[in-house]
Amino acid sequence: MQGDVGALGVAVAGLLVAVAVALSWWQRLGAEVQISWAAVRALVQLLLIGAALALVIDPDTPIAWSWAWVVGMVGFAALTVRRRAPEVPGVLVVALVAFAAAAVVTLGVLFGLGVFPVEGRTLVPLAGMMVGNSMTATVLVSRRIVGELRDRRQEVEVLLSLGRPARDAARPYVARAIREALIPQVETTKAVGIVFLPGAMTGLILAGVDPVDAVLVQIVVMYLVLGSVATTTAVVGLGMTRRLFTKDHRLIRLPRPAVR
Amino acid sequence: MRVVSPDGEVVLHRLDGQIPGAGITVVVGPSGSGKSTLLRLCNRLAAPTSGMVAFRGEDVAGLDPLELRRRVGFIFPTPVLLGGTVADELRVALPSASDEQLAAVLERADLPDAFLSRAGDTLSTGEAQRVSLARTLLTEPEVLLADEPTASLDVGLRAGLERLARRLAGDGMPIVWVTHDLVQARRLADHLIAVIAGEIAAAGPPAEVAANAAVSRFLASDAG
Repeated sequence: MQGDVGALGVAVAGLLVAVAVALSWWQRLGAEVQISWAAVRALVQLLLIGAALALVIDPDTPIAWSWAWVVGMVGFAALTVRRRAPEVPGVLVVALVAFAAAAVVTLGVLFGLGVFPVEGRTLVPLAGMMVGNSMTATVLVSRRIVGELRDRRQEVEVLLSLGRPARDAARPYVARAIREALIPQVETTKAVGIVFLPGAMTGLILAGVDPVDAVLVQIVVMYLVLGSVATTTAVVGLGMTRRLFTKDHRLIRLPRPAVR
Repeated sequence: MRVVSPDGEVVLHRLDGQIPGAGITVVVGPSGSGKSTLLRLCNRLAAPTSGMVAFRGEDVAGLDPLELRRRVGFIFPTPVLLGGTVADELRVALPSASDEQLAAVLERADLPDAFLSRAGDTLSTGEAQRVSLARTLLTEPEVLLADEPTASLDVGLRAGLERLARRLAGDGMPIVWVTHDLVQARRLADHLIAVIAGEIAAAGPPAEVAANAAVSRFLASDAG
């Protein structure tokens, strides 16, 4: 394939890392070690993942391995969410439910309606895109919802004390949090192709795929991302409202996160 | 009854008492004494860790909290407006309210009905607090809970709101009024409850309670 990059190619591309290191040294940024370490780490990590992926998505490997890979990604993503949103009560469970919902919706459409065949080659990367974006959205939305309700406690309690149910009292604040988390995704979707070429498409074109085919795949991936982010934010919004209010419609105490 | 906060701090303990079903009951105490929590227990914005709160003989834990909150109105220390005109603001409490109903609650809160078309953010703090009161009155509460309702008002406006409370109580709406100001408490109370350090230090006729040794100590330490 004309897009093949050999070991020599990677080594030559490593010159670009040398440029960054040189800049750091010249401007005394003190980041030479960090830059080198990051570059080496990325190389090793991706090589390992590539080798593992090659095994998992090999047409001769049973598809169960691909599913196991997906489960692993989901678990890892959920733990990442908990680490990045420690002030959100019960975020681990909410994240798992959100990923499951996003998976059912997005993979259900793409595989169920036959856009892609169910193979390790398609399942693992598509689930990866779905989980990755869903993870980011969960962190963003759950933190924003907690922040909004904490900062607007008085307004929420006014609504509650007027006899509004928790769901009602929380709605404007949850909606605002969701909107703010969803807008960057929508903006990215609008600017695509004009401002930047997305990674998947760039990769495919570099690997020698016909640009029109690459574009079609990219569009499907983008819709997948949009679908998973939308599903995730909706699930997180609902889940958070349930978590942050008691059964008798009281807003639980929401301490400010410690300054780190 | 006992209330322990999630971080283990005891907010109220060994609390046992009654609030009369008429007139103005003032709950007085220094800041941090648990008096606001006591008020929030009454409309279930807070729940006791052990023990129970009864409203007209019924355990509030057994009542529908949303209905309870409409029967027991609540006024917050600083007026909280949610946006839009005064009419929008009032309709938060009762979306189906007619203009006549809105004008009627405004009147009960001592505001002219011309206020209905005013934007919420053009109101003074005193006007905003009256709009909050009118909004609560629209749910037709049987009882009114007021948590330091004059905290954000200056002296003249404070007197106005006190007169208003007096009139509402005279019209048959019992009021529970929380304040840290013992002078205001004595001026306003038909019945006085002093809460100090999470306990009821004294309760009864205002003159008697104010003469209580523990209450006068608090007055001496919290003068102003």
